[in-house]
Amino acid sequence: MSPRHLLHWRGVLLRRALQIVALLLIIGSASFLMVRSLPGDMAMRVAASRYGYDFVGQAAAGAVSQALQLQRPLWQAWLDWFSDLLRLDLGESLVSGEPVWHEIAHHLGASIDLAVVTLLLAVLIGLPLGIAAAWRPGGLADRFMLLFAVTLRATPAFLLGILLMLLLAVHWGVLPAAHDDQGGTLWLPALTLALGLAAGLARISCSALREALASPACEFARSKGLTDLQVLIRHAFRLAALPVLAYLGVHLVLLVEGTVVVESLFAWPGLGHALVHAVFARDVPVIQGAALSLGLVFILFNLLLDTLMLAIDPRQRKPGASDA
Amino acid sequence: MNQTPPNPARRRLLNATGMAALAAASGRLLAQTTPRPLLIVSSWEISGLSPAASGYIFTRLQVTETLLGSRDDGTPEPALAGRWQVSADGLEWRFELRPGARFHDGSPVSAQAVLHSLERVRTPPGLLATVPIRSMDAPDGKTLRIRLRSPFVLLGSVLAHSSTMILAPASFDAKGTVREVIGSGPYRVAKLEAPHQVETRVSEYYDSPRPAIGAVRYMAAGRAETRALMAESGQADLAWNLDPASITRLRSRNAVGISSVTLPRTLAVSLNAGIPGLSDVRVRRALSLSIDRAGISRALLREQDLAATQLMPPTLAGWHEPSLPPLTRDPATAARLMREAGWTASPAGWRDAKGQLLELRLQTFPDRPELPVLAAALQAQWREAGFAVKVSIGNSGDIPLAHRDGSLQMGLAARNYAMLPDPTGTLAQDFAPNGGDWGPAGWSSPIVSDALQKLLRGGLTPDEQRAERRRILLALQQELPVIPVCWVRAHVAVNRRLEGVRLDPLERSFRLTEMRWKA
Repeated sequence: MSPRHLLHWRGVLLRRALQIVALLLIIGSASFLMVRSLPGDMAMRVAASRYGYDFVGQAAAGAVSQALQLQRPLWQAWLDWFSDLLRLDLGESLVSGEPVWHEIAHHLGASIDLAVVTLLLAVLIGLPLGIAAAWRPGGLADRFMLLFAVTLRATPAFLLGILLMLLLAVHWGVLPAAHDDQGGTLWLPALTLALGLAAGLARISCSALREALASPACEFARSKGLTDLQVLIRHAFRLAALPVLAYLGVHLVLLVEGTVVVESLFAWPGLGHALVHAVFARDVPVIQGAALSLGLVFILFNLLLDTLMLAIDPRQRKPGASDA
Repeated sequence: MNQTPPNPARRRLLNATGMAALAAASGRLLAQTTPRPLLIVSSWEISGLSPAASGYIFTRLQVTETLLGSRDDGTPEPALAGRWQVSADGLEWRFELRPGARFHDGSPVSAQAVLHSLERVRTPPGLLATVPIRSMDAPDGKTLRIRLRSPFVLLGSVLAHSSTMILAPASFDAKGTVREVIGSGPYRVAKLEAPHQVETRVSEYYDSPRPAIGAVRYMAAGRAETRALMAESGQADLAWNLDPASITRLRSRNAVGISSVTLPRTLAVSLNAGIPGLSDVRVRRALSLSIDRAGISRALLREQDLAATQLMPPTLAGWHEPSLPPLTRDPATAARLMREAGWTASPAGWRDAKGQLLELRLQTFPDRPELPVLAAALQAQWREAGFAVKVSIGNSGDIPLAHRDGSLQMGLAARNYAMLPDPTGTLAQDFAPNGGDWGPAGWSSPIVSDALQKLLRGGLTPDEQRAERRRILLALQQELPVIPVCWVRAHVAVNRRLEGVRLDPLERSFRLTEMRWKA
């Protein structure tokens, strides 16, 4: 790697490192303050989540308040959190009493499993469809792709999930309906998410490929005497890869963070679902831990994406080029 | 579409073949080939390991035992304690432990171990904290003695409650926090992934006949649709907390069996009788007379016979009084009562002599899916009768909180009157003179307080007990500090391969030891 490249990389990494430190402080403190300033009695909310509605009452809330020292002043609680954070200790869940690291690792692992398989399925379904549609504009594949993309993008994930459950689990009996640790339970939630993602991916890859095929670079390649297929494989794919990668990168982050509906429908123990539960329960340490992990995942994925873009596109390695 | 039974061979084939590349990305994609355990799915998450938090899940799964058990009618029966005696003055209780009982770590269930476990649950919200205990000791290895400061007939019920389940000393850390659930029941915990699932196996140390079901997996799935589809597809063998629409669908498709039991639980509106308007019994009666309970039961619960005619359902025989005049719908009488109470009808609602509008707030929470819908139905029916009601849906803690700060007007909940197997305990809490967390606010009745005190003191003949219960039920029916709306029936989808399923009306056990797979 040339010194110029090293300089470029140092800039990227330094910027991301600064972002991570700022993120720890801003997201952690903001989620702490927001949850603590919500209306309603925190002890009662935690007690309701901890003991269930048959058992929640003033005795339970009193016990929670005492055990968790909820009467402490806000600044003191924040300082305690911050000093724990410096020791990389995210504390314990107010509801289960389990270490937050332990809970987050469990949920984040499940979310990443789901996101990666979803992405692979989406690529397997969406990319060939997009390429076929771009290859013959106005052809059968193009029209099918449009119908596929519009229908699936317009179908809410909740409805699509139920339909897939009915078809694949109930009527054909080929897949388990929801997560139960038995194996094979990742398919349905991944397919539900992948179909929506594949629809967008097919459209993006189709238009990127068409643009690439019409670019002067491909025109020149054809004038050199390359066949259409050779142009597609050697030049157009690489040109079209940039918008497709950017699209997938953003959606991979969204998949890890924002699949609450699908996670709860398929009882998938992911992070989005856990975060929503923690918000209802006012489980501050879990909310902080989840928000921090999601922020870190966002930054790391972006870093990964930058690296990929840089590897694919030589133009970005020129001095003064954006590092996203 | 026709229903086809789930095909495990096809499922395994699809999962196992053609997916090798993706399987590398995640082990969760691979199908498991070992025989699957019985799968129970419900909405209850394992929120923690302490007996007060999720003890009810571990007692239902028969991982842990309580000192005493309970028959369906709420009377105590032997459990971990094979026998028990109460002194004539009711101040000393002695429990003799089952001689062969062992914890899942192999250690014997000694009186010292039971004492160790009970000492750790004597703090709120554990129900043992409500018992006037003078001392607890173990005169010998298999006998536990509890001495009371005053007679407390509900001690047997408290010791049958899941918050007093007995855990082995090794379950607790040095601070007394439960780190592992080591019980003495027929099943031991094999794998625990809180809050979603727990897997159990038959304990090799259990001292009674070995259950036919060798392994059980319990999992929490938040959505009722998910649970219903898991049952319908054959994935789940027992699915709890189904919504009425799913039950209708499952019944019509005949894919699974449905077992039902009426619970000692009532969907009821607790009122604050201390605020203007609701302090007048005529207004409370008018509110009750405006409710179309049969309509709600039919349309929302999809059941014909759950319209509450009084507080307790007929299945709670000791606490259901057939001679009481039933609660009915009568809009004309409701309007007459309101006028007699000094209210005038206006397009916006009932107004008092000063022109002030009677505006009420109904609080509820979504932990049971029928509650928000029921609140909306009540709001519509009351609006027809001229009552302006706002619905507020929050967290289940909001109602006890509103009790505490005095802001409660009306609270809708599904109150479990057999939280202790004997409903006297819950009634005494709800109808205490200064108001409980879930009962009415600003209301007290000398008749009810006196009758509850007599029942709690004990020493009554069965006839006297019946008479006291009738006094309580009559006063509640006439005064209506709590307006019963519908009773609650639990429906469970049962895999047709499973037999011996018998639901527990007191929701204390899944009764897994009575179940077996059909040959």
